Amino acid sequence: MLKFPIYLDYSATTPVDPRVAQAMIPWLTEHFGNPASRSHAYGWEAEKAVEDAREQVARLVNADAKEIVWTSGATESNNLAIKGAAQFYKGKGKHLITLKTEHKAVLDTFRELERQGFEATYLDVQENGLVDLSALKDAIRPDTILVSVMFVNNEIGVIQPIAEIGEICREKGIVFHVDAAQATGKVDIDLSKLKVDLMSFSAHKTYGPKGIGALYVRRKPRARLEAQMHGGGHERGLRSGTLATHQIVGMGEAFRIAREEMKTENERVRALRDRLMKGLQDIDATYINGDVEHRVPHNLNISFAYVEGESLIMAIKDVAVSSGSACTSASLEPSYVLRALGRNDELAHSSIRFTIGRFTTEEEVDYTIDLLHKKIGKLRELSPLWEMVQDGVDLDSVQWAAH
Amino acid sequence: MAYSEKVLDHYENPRNVGAFGKEDEGVGTGMVGAPACGDVMKLQIKVGKDGVIEDAKFKTYGCGSAIASSSLVTEWVKGKTVEQALEIKNTQIAEELALPPVKIHCSILAEDAIKAAVADYKKKQG
Repeated sequence: MLKFPIYLDYSATTPVDPRVAQAMIPWLTEHFGNPASRSHAYGWEAEKAVEDAREQVARLVNADAKEIVWTSGATESNNLAIKGAAQFYKGKGKHLITLKTEHKAVLDTFRELERQGFEATYLDVQENGLVDLSALKDAIRPDTILVSVMFVNNEIGVIQPIAEIGEICREKGIVFHVDAAQATGKVDIDLSKLKVDLMSFSAHKTYGPKGIGALYVRRKPRARLEAQMHGGGHERGLRSGTLATHQIVGMGEAFRIAREEMKTENERVRALRDRLMKGLQDIDATYINGDVEHRVPHNLNISFAYVEGESLIMAIKDVAVSSGSACTSASLEPSYVLRALGRNDELAHSSIRFTIGRFTTEEEVDYTIDLLHKKIGKLRELSPLWEMVQDGVDLDSVQWAAH
Repeated sequence: MAYSEKVLDHYENPRNVGAFGKEDEGVGTGMVGAPACGDVMKLQIKVGKDGVIEDAKFKTYGCGSAIASSSLVTEWVKGKTVEQALEIKNTQIAEELALPPVKIHCSILAEDAIKAAVADYKKKQG
């Protein structure tokens, strides 16, 4: 039996895996101690749970547990990493580099640093969504202190060349931060090999609870940060605040499951994604956004020409997906990521991001394919633009009355 | 976005979708809006020798409210003379469909579409 709406928005958030929820519960009621309490068993057992979880997070990315700092999520990790490193190294320089397609948690943090007197370069990406490494090299200045590039793009799912960027940054002595919120459990991350200094993680994109995340802070060579949250000196002074034991246990369990099951899970998810992609590419005038090869297995971002975004969302309310329009419509935010891909040839289209996950079934995918075929067909039958295109009119040659 | 029952009804079951031949006798075609703005409406009227609109068709690229506004006006113009059709105001459309403020432009566009179709008809009549 299908349950509606069908959830195909796993990059927005994932359900907590039932095994994770199970693991968390005792730490709310029974073992409620403060991990910072050194004087009794309640504190000791909570501290052990926190350290075990830290080990699980470190193991997923092949890091040392001592390099993991708990935060409230990837947004906080990004803030701590970028502001913390910029402020620590400001004596060395004031220039920072990132991509135009980064998450708002990175872009807005950069904007804030610009207000504080730093200078920032926002690099364009190529048409496939990937960074141009030579453009990155050209953007580096003698006073560049930090580069921040996301591992996996949240909208189009493309995987950036983190290893290559790491080499470039290390050679120049520039701190390299990576937002890996969308990468854990999807791509292999080996921090013993990647020359990354700081890496942000989130639990809730990987079947853990919301409200918990972590920042990897490299020890050798040591990455230095200025704390952004002051207080009891928790997390070696990098992030004060009482640790949320149950959340941390949840993240540890989620990352343990990711490490043990990601290989088989990604194969299954990729097969479903490819089934969906094949099923939707049958529809006329559709195209995939972002590189298909350098891409996480669960993401499909696809544009349908001559269909307006809001009416499409209305038509497919049986599936829970994210949408973006590359052009401005009254109520749909234009996607700055899609616009950065430079696709301005299509005046009128709407884009849907499908992200598949652990609990997606073949039946759900098949239902979605069928629904999209029907609804796109219906909306195009209604569309004067589609009619004109069928009659051979070039829409770019039409003089539209702006209103 | 919460839609009114009437918008949903017109969106789910749009009336008078289709097209007349642009060159056919008595046909007036109005196309308004722009893809870059997210709405394009094409409204066509077929006017009898007595000056009464016998039939109307539309196609709309746009949100649910734009589709509903144009669907509604195809029903409203039928049986009216072209002069009576010109009296349809966007406020009546907005009221009938209970459009929220952000969707008022859909009703304005529908009114403009009627005017454009009538103007085209009159031009063809010479």
